[in-house]
Amino acid sequence: MRWPVQLIIGAILSGLFVLAAAASFLWVPHEVSTLSIADRLKPPSARYLLGTDHFGRDILSMLMVGARTSIAVALVAVGIGVAAGVPLGLAAAARRGSLLDEIIMRGNDLIFAFPSLVIAILITAVFGPSALNAILAIGIFNIPVFARVTRGGALSIWTLDYILAARVAGKNALRISAEHILPNILNLLIVQGTIQFSLGILAEAGLSYVGLGAQPPTPSWGRMLADAQTMIYTAPRLAILPGLAIVGMVLGLNLMGDGLRDALDPRLRRARE
Amino acid sequence: MLRFAATRLVSLGLSLIAASLVIFAVIEVVPGDPAAFMLGLNAEPEAVAALRDELGLNGSRAARYLSWVGGMVTGDFGQSYTYRVPVSQLVLQRLWVSLPLALYALGLSTLIAFPIGLIAASRRGRPADYGIMAATQLGVAVPNFWFAMLLVLVFAVNLRWFSAGGFPGWEAGAFAALKALTLPAVSLALPQASILARVMRSALIETLGQDYIRTARAKGLSRRQAITRHALRNALIPVLTIIGLQFSFLLAGAIIIENVFFLPGLGRLIFQGITQRDLVVVESVVMLLVFAVILVTFLVDLAYAAADPRLRHRR
Repeated sequence: MRWPVQLIIGAILSGLFVLAAAASFLWVPHEVSTLSIADRLKPPSARYLLGTDHFGRDILSMLMVGARTSIAVALVAVGIGVAAGVPLGLAAAARRGSLLDEIIMRGNDLIFAFPSLVIAILITAVFGPSALNAILAIGIFNIPVFARVTRGGALSIWTLDYILAARVAGKNALRISAEHILPNILNLLIVQGTIQFSLGILAEAGLSYVGLGAQPPTPSWGRMLADAQTMIYTAPRLAILPGLAIVGMVLGLNLMGDGLRDALDPRLRRARE
Repeated sequence: MLRFAATRLVSLGLSLIAASLVIFAVIEVVPGDPAAFMLGLNAEPEAVAALRDELGLNGSRAARYLSWVGGMVTGDFGQSYTYRVPVSQLVLQRLWVSLPLALYALGLSTLIAFPIGLIAASRRGRPADYGIMAATQLGVAVPNFWFAMLLVLVFAVNLRWFSAGGFPGWEAGAFAALKALTLPAVSLALPQASILARVMRSALIETLGQDYIRTARAKGLSRRQAITRHALRNALIPVLTIIGLQFSFLLAGAIIIENVFFLPGLGRLIFQGITQRDLVVVESVVMLLVFAVILVTFLVDLAYAAADPRLRHRR
């Protein structure tokens, strides 16, 4: 099989940020917790590759640690969506047309009616801003997305002959869902997971930007942008770099998602040709 | 059609009731006493008691829920604690910023997306198509608030064509007001236009492959005529759906963008409500936003059932 070009480019692009995030656990050029006012707002140099911010912190190091925050929040939020949404979707498909199906799908519609930011605002209004609440807000919004994709994919599998054979063989809905349905919709879930991951990065950036996400001193890309806004006249560099990081990561994941869809779904590929 | 509309109306009502219950419940679980929460740590007990009275917190939960919902239905959204004015009055003022902004952005994104999607679809597989697809891929990845900052950097800081934020009010004249909304609307519209252009392209490509297009071409219509008379109209259904969905994203996006540009809209009102612990404002404005989203979804459902009779009988 030939790997789609987007998949390779996307994997390299987002892989770079994942690597940077992983590397930041072991080593960063300068500690992000140490402020050095003498070095504030320094332009890029051999010592500070991307310059420093208004507290004299190294921008490159901030971006690396910020990648950690973004990726962790988005990843856990996808985890919540999968953990809750996939079983709900499987159950709804297995009991198609039943009251259970109806309740699950109406519940989904209800969550969809709340723009994710509004959910985040509600949660924050109650529990106060934190990275954990950002994860919750983004994660809750992921649940109906995965439930819907799972149900849609599962419904089409349920009509196939080998499912009928499995039922004749005496397997119950739970076993059929786990042994036959789930493996066959895995590709759908992987593609959706990539998309939700990239949306999660964007959402986390937005929430931290308005102060509802990770709290200082934890560096995050959104917070860096918020800090940079007041200094946009004096140090526009500070406003540009974190944004480029967000775009790079999101673009990489989106390209990967498109590439994966092409690679994993032969029907789609044929339709495109 | 009437039956379809009636069933959708019932589910609209149920969604609204469910949403109001969720919002009410969330505000209910605010740790501690809402009145004490709003007044902060150093509040006098008498002040807390007075506020409890004012907020009607002394009744039962059910009574409070009913009076809140009943109030909203009759246009009484309660009294803002910090502003000391009815929330409905605040909302009405702010709506004059948020609604024009959302519509401005929606108009812009549609104006950009339609021609671009059309060009990409009709030049499918050629350089123009690849260029447009690459540009929209980038457009989807750019966070709108960062794009807003870049616009400020270029058009306000360097070129000085626009101010970096603030809103003069409609009293200053439509031109001044629209000018102040232009950068915010553009930054909201860009990611939406990218998504819409992609939907437009794939919808057009799908309809262009239909038999009736071949028939139209066979009876002598030019490619352009076939597109404008037949393909475009049929491709509009998925495009309309996305435009409807985008309205809710625009409302939510506006919450952030209003903060970038210091626009006195509903989004800023919510944030001020949170920082000032004015829960009455947060509760009512959130409900209003959710109501708007549910209503738009309902209208889109009706619109495309009217456009496509097949959808009326499907579940």
